Amino acid sequence: MASLLDLTALEAREAMAAGDLDATEYTAAWREAAAGDELNAYLWRDGDSEEAAAIAVERGSIAPIAVKDIFCTEGVPTTAGSRILEGYRPPYTSTAVQKLLGAGAPILGKTNMDEFAMGSSNENSAYGPVLNPWDRERVPGGSSGGSAAVVAGGLAPWSIGTDTGGSIRQPAAFCGIVGLKPTYGAISRYGMIAFASSLDQCGPLTRTVSDAALLLGILQGRDPLDSTSVGLDGGVSLPDRQDLLGLRFGVPAELARDAVDSGVREVFERTLRKIEDLGGEIAEVSLPSAEHGISAYYVIAPAEASSNLARYDGVRYGMRAGGDGDLIEMYETTRSEGFGEEVKRRIMLGTYALSSGYYEAYYGQAQKVRTRIAEDFSGAFAGVDFVVTPTAPSVAFKLGEKTDDPLAMYLNDFFTVPMSLAGIPAISIPAGLAAPEGGGPQLPVGFQIAAPAFAEQRLLDAAYALEQGIGFDARPGGADG
Amino acid sequence: MAELEAVIGLEIHVQLATKTKMFCGCELSFGEEPNVHTCPICLAHPGVLPVPNEQAIRYALQIGLALECEIAPWSIFHRKNYFYPDSPKAYQISQYDIPIASNGKLGDVRIHRAHLEEDAAKTIHIGESGRIHGSAFSLVDFNRGGTPLVEIVTEPDLRGAAEAAEWARLLRETVRQLGVSDVNMEEGSLRVDANVSVRPAGSEELGTKTELKNMNSFRFLQRGIEAELERQRELVGSGGQVVQETLHFDPRDGSLTPLRSKEEAHDYRYFPEPDLVPLTPTEEMLREARAALPELPAARIERYEEMGVPTDTATLLAGAPQVAELFEETADEVTGVEPRVVANWLTGELTATLRKHGLREDWRERPVDSSSFARVMEMVEAKRISHASGKEVLEILVAEGGGDPDAIIERKGLAQMSDSGELEAIVEKAMADNPDAVERVREGNEKAIGAIVGAIMRETKGRADGGEVNRLIRERL
Amino acid sequence: MIDRDQVLHVAKLARLRLSEEDVERMVGELSGILDHVDRIGNLDLEGVEPTSHVVALENVLRADEPWQSLPRDVALAPAPDPSDGAFRVPSPQAE
Ligand SMILES: [Mg+2]
Ligand SMILES: [Zn+2]
Repeated sequence: MASLLDLTALEAREAMAAGDLDATEYTAAWREAAAGDELNAYLWRDGDSEEAAAIAVERGSIAPIAVKDIFCTEGVPTTAGSRILEGYRPPYTSTAVQKLLGAGAPILGKTNMDEFAMGSSNENSAYGPVLNPWDRERVPGGSSGGSAAVVAGGLAPWSIGTDTGGSIRQPAAFCGIVGLKPTYGAISRYGMIAFASSLDQCGPLTRTVSDAALLLGILQGRDPLDSTSVGLDGGVSLPDRQDLLGLRFGVPAELARDAVDSGVREVFERTLRKIEDLGGEIAEVSLPSAEHGISAYYVIAPAEASSNLARYDGVRYGMRAGGDGDLIEMYETTRSEGFGEEVKRRIMLGTYALSSGYYEAYYGQAQKVRTRIAEDFSGAFAGVDFVVTPTAPSVAFKLGEKTDDPLAMYLNDFFTVPMSLAGIPAISIPAGLAAPEGGGPQLPVGFQIAAPAFAEQRLLDAAYALEQGIGFDARPGGADG
Repeated sequence: MAELEAVIGLEIHVQLATKTKMFCGCELSFGEEPNVHTCPICLAHPGVLPVPNEQAIRYALQIGLALECEIAPWSIFHRKNYFYPDSPKAYQISQYDIPIASNGKLGDVRIHRAHLEEDAAKTIHIGESGRIHGSAFSLVDFNRGGTPLVEIVTEPDLRGAAEAAEWARLLRETVRQLGVSDVNMEEGSLRVDANVSVRPAGSEELGTKTELKNMNSFRFLQRGIEAELERQRELVGSGGQVVQETLHFDPRDGSLTPLRSKEEAHDYRYFPEPDLVPLTPTEEMLREARAALPELPAARIERYEEMGVPTDTATLLAGAPQVAELFEETADEVTGVEPRVVANWLTGELTATLRKHGLREDWRERPVDSSSFARVMEMVEAKRISHASGKEVLEILVAEGGGDPDAIIERKGLAQMSDSGELEAIVEKAMADNPDAVERVREGNEKAIGAIVGAIMRETKGRADGGEVNRLIRERL
Repeated sequence: MIDRDQVLHVAKLARLRLSEEDVERMVGELSGILDHVDRIGNLDLEGVEPTSHVVALENVLRADEPWQSLPRDVALAPAPDPSDGAFRVPSPQAE
């Protein structure tokens, strides 16, 4: 069995196409692996309940997949990690999941996540934290922590997640896998429960860059149900570039200055040398406004979230509490009991930022910073092909380590937020292992590569060449698989 | 204290007659079972996204152009955030600082703006009193939720309740003729709210206004505004101050009661809707919208006035496009009859005849064709038949669904008496039969002549020309 | 900085009920976050266009063609309190 599960999704597809791999047997093996989840990574697995008829795939023609519990799936529990949606079974299926089913991918299950995708550690799930397969005392990152943990922990061959300010890239980095946030608009958002509408984007979490390319190719496309979707012109082909000759990689001077753990910095520096070994060129670029990314992000995202989450009012679906009182009583009780602390904090922050008298100072100003950050990237891309940074300033931290300090938690998104604000694609690939500051086990470090909007193909080609050059092959010892 | 002048502005919500809702493909519904036209989008399920209805955009452009507005080359949607069960997303997608149309006019009233938005769902309050206060619970029906709306806001250019109601009628007629809405006030496809204030005559400043809602007919609109103006004049006249509030009109007794606000804080936290992209009407879209515009009432009234038709008659015609069409064709075809006379025949004699036959002015098939109608008027004008006979021919034409006017005149023996000798004999007989009346006319009682004329008309069955009869009587007095 | 009254006002707008303890904590946490965020308040961004969208799309519209609505029982199935074919909610009360 172990050898079956060792196949990458791409290898499995090729084996199935060649008739060397039985799809039913392969899917069954993954279902069995998923059933052994000790990481609290799945909230629901196919087989857990009878209602999954709408998503049943007759006979898989591609590797089965785990889906973040933020994607509405008809008849299948969809909670977004929130108590307020406990027991909710959507009457429709998201476009992304529809595309997976259309491609012949059986759904293995729905993965745990920070409530409404708000978090960087998965500790904000109403259904308990996900454990990092490398060290079960540590977080897997967030908000797509479940989707990262299942891939790293051998509970799924690949998965999809969502990234608003780093929610695919950072957990991919913490779990030692590949995570891609595509250009805003590359993949439909229809049916993906909204956190911050102008930033949210679906993307793949995979073992390899090739698997990410394969999955992106399935997911991308303009959707008539999403006005803001564009798709990727020409689709996505599998990367096969072996070198980085003629490519220029920009390291932002401003971001490098900031606090990065020494272990992470070491791996980052080593990866820069590897780029040069492969024929690439390292240059310094300037993103003067990027340091304000966190500030702008923590205005814009909560503001949009405060509006997006207002629909959870106990009227049409989901939880209701306080229904014996008057309308306002019902609203307030439902929302106060249904939402967790972090969600309430962000709703408060966002409501405040949009409220009368504060709009210009907060939301208006943040949108201007956003313009500046996008301009910074355009300027940088005039001189380099890619911008590279560590994905996160540290390796996976311990459960509970940052829960008392929301700001410290937010600063974890320092390197990923600017790309989200600019709407550009960025990938995190595992670049090596490092011990946490102050000592501990060897944990994966992610290397982030960002490209201009809609340059996914070039990004995947370069990431593939670098991935081959690095040859990262460490596996977590904590979970079997 | 100077006289207090009324200052009134109107806010009109027009439900667009598209097939589907503003942001989803659910069909619009009319008085159906609750919640049979809903989908994940208009129920605001998690994860759904809006996509605007292109027909609604077209209709909005037509309304904007009909109201002589500037069309914004770039406009966006905002979210207006408030919690209420009729608002499933807890925000309404509307336009805020950049509406699709602005700075227009209709008649003498300036249009501040016209923007696109979505309608709320229907909430029925159930409870002992049947009213919001004290009721136990409410039922929400999302059939109407998401119906496309254009909201039209006027400048405060109206100066009286009757004027406001009259202008609102012109607006309704204008929108109706565009064919973009049913504009039915009772059914709520046209909803008119009024912003009412008073100020010393001659003052340029605006007084504190109140907003009047729920006036679901033009009569109620007028009554509501009248009542509020009276209240404000009394209040201000006695040294009081108007408080800015929303007042709910009760059609049962005409009273106005303050409405509890939906969100006490009134902080809608508007921000640009991130799920939608900007609207940038292309030349093509504008050309198409312009081409779809019929001639609108205001323009028609002006043109008819130039043809010599009095304003009130022109207004009547402009409000009934089918009648106006018959008017134009007949006026074109007829010889020797002024357009003013044709218009009078249409809005007077023909309309009365139609009513008699239980027909309405918005006929599908014309009750009379333009050439027959022209012929009738020509013969009256040429004194070949009397006015009364003309009316009779018209009635026969309508009743028989057409015919040849000459043949009808022949058949009914309606031709004016051309034999002067015959008429003279009848006149003389009538005078001899009514000596009292003759005496009284001689004494200066002009009205008494009616009895003699009446006798002559009876005898001639209306075929005699009234002027000629009069002349012959006077000759003999 | 955000004070107690502002926290209570914002909670009311957001339809959240906060316990005394929540209010205390929110004042502290939100103030800390806002202190950080306030740095962008000092930037001179006069004349910079705000970005509400990163995609350069315009006039993305849908044809006015009806689609199948949900059967009513499906629409009402997830509702906490369906009644008479409608969604039942407690009534708003006079203050
Ligand atoms: Mg409105
Ligand atoms: Zn719908």
